Amino acid sequence: MTKDETKKVVLEIIADIAPDEDISNLKGDVRLRDQMQLDSMDFLDIVMELRKRHNIEVPEADYIHLATLDSCADYLTPKFAALGK
Amino acid sequence: MNTTTHYDVAIIGAGMAGLAAGIRLAHFGKKVCIFERHNAVGGLNSFYSIGGRKYDVGLHAMTNFVRPGVKGTPLGKLLRQLRIEREEFALCEQKRSRVAFGPRGETSLTFTNDFAVFESEVAQKFPAQIDGFRRLVALVKTYDDVSLGAQPESARAVVRRHVTDPLLEDMLFCPVMYYGSATERDMEFGQFVIMFKALFLEGFARPFDGVRVILRVLLEKYREAGGERRMKCGVKQIVSRDGRASALLLDDGTEVTATHVISTIGAPETERLLPSGHLSPAVSNPAPSGALSYCETITVLDRQPAALGWGDDTIVFFNDSDKFTYAASEQQVDVRSGVICMPNNFDFGPGRELPEGLFRCTCLASYPQWAHLPEDVYRADKARWYAEIQRSAQRFLPPLPSPDALAAATLATDMFTPRTITKFTGHAGGAIYGSPVKLRDGRTSLANLYLAGTDQGFLGIVGAMLSGISMANFHILQARV
Repeated sequence: MTKDETKKVVLEIIADIAPDEDISNLKGDVRLRDQMQLDSMDFLDIVMELRKRHNIEVPEADYIHLATLDSCADYLTPKFAALGK
Repeated sequence: MNTTTHYDVAIIGAGMAGLAAGIRLAHFGKKVCIFERHNAVGGLNSFYSIGGRKYDVGLHAMTNFVRPGVKGTPLGKLLRQLRIEREEFALCEQKRSRVAFGPRGETSLTFTNDFAVFESEVAQKFPAQIDGFRRLVALVKTYDDVSLGAQPESARAVVRRHVTDPLLEDMLFCPVMYYGSATERDMEFGQFVIMFKALFLEGFARPFDGVRVILRVLLEKYREAGGERRMKCGVKQIVSRDGRASALLLDDGTEVTATHVISTIGAPETERLLPSGHLSPAVSNPAPSGALSYCETITVLDRQPAALGWGDDTIVFFNDSDKFTYAASEQQVDVRSGVICMPNNFDFGPGRELPEGLFRCTCLASYPQWAHLPEDVYRADKARWYAEIQRSAQRFLPPLPSPDALAAATLATDMFTPRTITKFTGHAGGAIYGSPVKLRDGRTSLANLYLAGTDQGFLGIVGAMLSGISMANFHILQARV
């Protein structure tokens, strides 16, 4: 999976969690929190949906890597690769 | 041979909290079952049929309404957490509501879902108080009401620092207390903040078909996520071993086991299921039942209430003097204050109105004075108080064209008493808002038994659902394995 595909996976999850947010023009290098109304409950849901849909575990200490779309891609792409995706 | 069914999570009670917790847990792959003693879901916010008509049990209006685009409020959180689209609830906003005080409601504060209306009413009726009122509102807006560690403080004391006219103070407390307070006379400031936001800064709405629309959506989500439920099958006992809930003994005599148990039936009600008879070291033993109960009259009309000359008030909170007393009723019913609801007066869209008129009135009532009456006396008392409650409430509405106009327009009536509440919901003492003591973190003396719903401390139907969600998140989904 490429980094762009990883971003797409994350965006799909955000679209399901927060259907009331416009995600069409999100910047990759700006914190998601600063571009949308996402609280800690929503971030927890991103983590849980990653586990449910893709078998990817994000330990609490690594939540910081989910701050921006770019950092999500950097952090998650190797995890997808490790699963053979 | 071991034939006992095992669940990841067993939930006691299919009310708003139990259903919401169930949806979260089932969505994330837990094997969940909800056990409900009654034959209908909804708990305190259910519905029933009599004579071919469907009635909502308790819901006047859903509080916490905000318009699309307003974010970071309880309604938005709830919709996201349960993956519900706003349109599924199809909420219609209130037209306007009032707080009316005095023998005929001479002092009146109108409010709508636009807070500026309420603020200008206060400025006009209480010009000397408006600066203090604005300071109070600013404090409410910035107060961290979800913090679990906040020091409990008297809401009366905090409000008095800003509002010095006792009439305005009581007019603010009346709606806030009637729509959610389990404590008499005063409440905890954090609870005041939650209710003030829910009623005034957010607002009222309802689906055209009432609470069953919300329940239908919840049930559908729960079913889709793979959740199970057992109706007409309550939990008789929670069996414990080594400080954990090890099994649930059901009404039908069978046993199930569960890794986690969430009880939404209330603190004293859960305590009764425990062999130890003690729910939590954090509350006294026995856990206190609430002393506040209610009677409600429901009158079905052959026309819209507005056609009787009653205008388009959605909700009217009334009190017949300057001094408002929110306390256990000394008589069977305390008709000095109450709440009128006319469900017809939501804005259902052009040309769309409920087929029949509805006039609902709620007053404080005494559970002990209703609970043990012989059937014939109970019926006679109901009839007598039905008339008293209606007479009292009508003092706060425009006079009817003729004295018998209401009777002539009436198609059907119904009424619930504190006894009805206990009979159908199992809530001790007919206490709709539960015990005065709340367990905010939901923890009990058993490591895998958690409390959610009314006695966890979130209020209203949105609060009940959020309570189920947060307890499921906090104790089960978020917990590190």
